[in-house]
Amino acid sequence: MSDQVLKIDDLKVSYGGIEAVRGISFDVKAGEIVTLIGANGAGKSSILRTISGLVKPAGGSVFLEGEDITGKDSTFIVSKGLMMVPEGRKIFPNLTVLENLKIGAYLRNDDISKDLERVYGYFPRLRERSWQEGGTLSGGEQQMLAVGRALMGRPKLLMMDEPSLGLAPIVVQGIFEIIRQINSAGTTVLLIEQNANMALHVANRAYVIENGKISMEGTGKELLEDEKVKAAYLGTVSHKE
Amino acid sequence: MEYVISVMLSGISVGGQYALIAIGYTLVYGILRLINFAHGDVFMVAGLMGIYFTATLPIGVALPLVIILTVVLGFTIERAAYKPLRSAPRMSVMISAIGVSYLLQNTATYVTGGQPMTYPDLRLLSNTVNVAGTQTKWVVIVTPFLVLILVFALTLLINKTKVGMAMRAVSKDFETSRLMGVRINRVISATFIVGSALAAVGSILFFTNYPAITPTAGAMPGLKAFVAAVFGGIGSIPGAVIGAFLIGICETIIKGLPSSWDVSVFSDAFTFALLIIILIFKPQGLFGEAATDKV
Repeated sequence: MSDQVLKIDDLKVSYGGIEAVRGISFDVKAGEIVTLIGANGAGKSSILRTISGLVKPAGGSVFLEGEDITGKDSTFIVSKGLMMVPEGRKIFPNLTVLENLKIGAYLRNDDISKDLERVYGYFPRLRERSWQEGGTLSGGEQQMLAVGRALMGRPKLLMMDEPSLGLAPIVVQGIFEIIRQINSAGTTVLLIEQNANMALHVANRAYVIENGKISMEGTGKELLEDEKVKAAYLGTVSHKE
Repeated sequence: MEYVISVMLSGISVGGQYALIAIGYTLVYGILRLINFAHGDVFMVAGLMGIYFTATLPIGVALPLVIILTVVLGFTIERAAYKPLRSAPRMSVMISAIGVSYLLQNTATYVTGGQPMTYPDLRLLSNTVNVAGTQTKWVVIVTPFLVLILVFALTLLINKTKVGMAMRAVSKDFETSRLMGVRINRVISATFIVGSALAAVGSILFFTNYPAITPTAGAMPGLKAFVAAVFGGIGSIPGAVIGAFLIGICETIIKGLPSSWDVSVFSDAFTFALLIIILIFKPQGLFGEAATDKV
């Protein structure tokens, strides 16, 4: 299938004999926002870390645009157009904002000025602070920087690990608005979130991960209205909006 | 007065030579959080290579060859002894470094028979010159300038080039650097290459001044350079350079005190005692990381 950007087939991940991901299959099609929701420790981060090459899978396979990237190193995977916004932002505190953006384009040898303008367009704050060290930014600004940095790699697939973590609700709204914009500009997004409400609102399709397995899947809208999802993941949060 | 000038000159010069070694310690520590115990011995090997190569080759060929082969040595040590232990506890890598240190010393003993070897007179550097009434070797004058030029070049490399940016990124966060596509191992190799090249230059300057090379000749300058790096705040390049100059000057002043006081034999002990006192007040060293990272 040519419109499949990412295809995960029976993926298994273990840490020291403990299975964190126990045979998961899903796909992300071109132009979609797909989200994986689930409780802390359900295995969501392990899935992203394995796709991006930080962790070698115990079994199963990962295909990026039809190419098998299972167990390849991160440099190779990045060169194939997969960029990640890691959990906790992980911007480089000792690099300037501009350098943080440039390092997102580390493997590119072409002109990056257009992409830089594009990122500054999404996040004007980053242009104002381009000479500041990353570590001096606020949490929300660091998240913008982490997203901008990933965009600088011109990803075919942008993976985001908990972009809302530790941010004020108003900042989270802003970040999700940008995710929507980035997506409508043509970038496919795989998002994992504990903030299920936000994630399901923005996503085309969603998978619920429980104990390392997919327990449910559907469109964002379907899952938002599902009673089990409401009880387990939306809870009291759902009436906040 | 002339005496003071000559003491200061040689202090600055020794300090500059320590600085070139200290940068190697601080660079590697900055990236791998590893005290590379073999670094002083790499410096010693560079000295021995200087002796053997200048014996058969013209200086213009021998010295560049010393630098190139020292770089190869540093690179190989990292690949063979440290890289396989990348995910092992830091203590294991340190033991590996100690092992390499002894391997180099023992190999040097094997090659030289353990006899002190004499570093050749490199005409330009060994010739004497008259500065403000004191006779001194050219190397003493050249060292601080050469050190400043090299440190300036290194600062440009680290702050203005892509590999320098990657070095700074890797020094903070291996994993995220990998997510950006940075090839960690290449960046680490680059730091060993830079550190070894500077140690090789340092060996040429240092052994022109103190021409006797034994298999353990790298230990003391290596130790002092390491202390200079800690004193300046390990991981910081300006810190290592300033720390090295201070230690060099301190040590030369103590050595230069009137011989009737009979303290010169304690010059190393005094230097270290002084450092302990300073570190009590500034435990991070002069330019140590202030850990401002926001999470």
